[in-house]
Amino acid sequence: MSSVESLDRMIEELGADLAPVRRLRPPAVRAALWLGFMAILSGIMAYFADLPGIAHRLMVTPDMWLAVLGSTLTAGLGAVSAFQLSVPGRGPWWALLPVPSLVTWVAASGMGCLRTWIIPDTHEASMDETRVCFSFIAAVSIPLSMLMVLLIRRAYPLHPNLTAAVGGLAIAAGAATLLNFFHPYDASVTDLAIHLIAISIVVALNQLFTRRGLGPLTPRLLRFGLARRITG
Amino acid sequence: MKNAASGLSTDVDQLWSTRMAAAQAGDRVAYEALLRDCVPQVKRVVGRTGVRPESVDDVTQNVLLTVHLARHTYDPDRSFIAWLNSIAQRRAIDHLRQRGRRELREVFDQARYEAYPDGDATPEGAWVAEGRSQDLRNAVASLSPGQREAVEFLALRQLSLVEAATETGKTKGALKVNLHRALRALRQRFDRPE
Repeated sequence: MSSVESLDRMIEELGADLAPVRRLRPPAVRAALWLGFMAILSGIMAYFADLPGIAHRLMVTPDMWLAVLGSTLTAGLGAVSAFQLSVPGRGPWWALLPVPSLVTWVAASGMGCLRTWIIPDTHEASMDETRVCFSFIAAVSIPLSMLMVLLIRRAYPLHPNLTAAVGGLAIAAGAATLLNFFHPYDASVTDLAIHLIAISIVVALNQLFTRRGLGPLTPRLLRFGLARRITG
Repeated sequence: MKNAASGLSTDVDQLWSTRMAAAQAGDRVAYEALLRDCVPQVKRVVGRTGVRPESVDDVTQNVLLTVHLARHTYDPDRSFIAWLNSIAQRRAIDHLRQRGRRELREVFDQARYEAYPDGDATPEGAWVAEGRSQDLRNAVASLSPGQREAVEFLALRQLSLVEAATETGKTKGALKVNLHRALRALRQRFDRPE
């Protein structure tokens, strides 16, 4: 069969397989849904948190305020970036969107860490406290990840690894932001390391699980039974 | 006005966008016309990405399949050509990566390939194989004309049911029934102890 004939035949097969589809919601709407869910979680946590204490702590230590701003922006911009990346036609440079806020977040957290060394009598997080931080980030990441995967699953990312990594970053940043409601001290070196480990695990798991649904073309085609019908 | 990235006019982009919106609603005619119109553009993008000429058609097929699977992600308020080009570029890059990995793993040696001895290619083996194919030819010849026709068009020439029905002038149902009966008859014949 000549290449023109095989392309013609394939186009006919695809035409025969055509069914009306529900258009994917725009990335901004899906990002807003995810951030809305995060806002609901924040509301619930704020209800149980010591808000005046948090406000006081943020006012007296500007780097903590910056760290919270950085993680919040990383969650928001990371979500926008991940949902943009999940649609063909949007360039991979969308992945750069959360980078400035990520740098701010990491740098400000490092400043807090530095203060525990310089200023005497500063409270340093104990191993028990860092374990709580780790568990909190991991636990909060689960619902955030589930919703992210649910909202990205119907999309068709052409850069599945990058999309999953940026999505994982948004989730980890979101969890770290929510942690601030119950984190009444600066990050020590161990605390910061535990945060980074928890965040890396969330990013890696997200990449692993999201990629399975977004991977190379052939398995998806086989799932649809399309490749065999067209080539067979 | 022309689209800088594709060299195609914005009118073409608009037309393709309208057709894709119709395809999303299930309009097969618009969809097939769109895919046919897209092929030269896809080949151009794939070729420009560095895919070898002999692989351009394969990658083009992958691009069309991706367009089919991802059609719900197209937003008619945006450029269709940009959407299509991003898919074509991505599939071309995937192909180049796969080829790179395969070339690292496999070495093609024409001389070894030609000198490789086939263990089954003995005079006895050839005689047995010839006997088997003669048996099969006899068995097919013993089928009724309708069954023989179904085997020839569907099994040997590997035509689709629609194509076989067009060629023979029979209904798809009749062809299916004849093929089923022919296969049952052949199975019975070859399963029967000598």
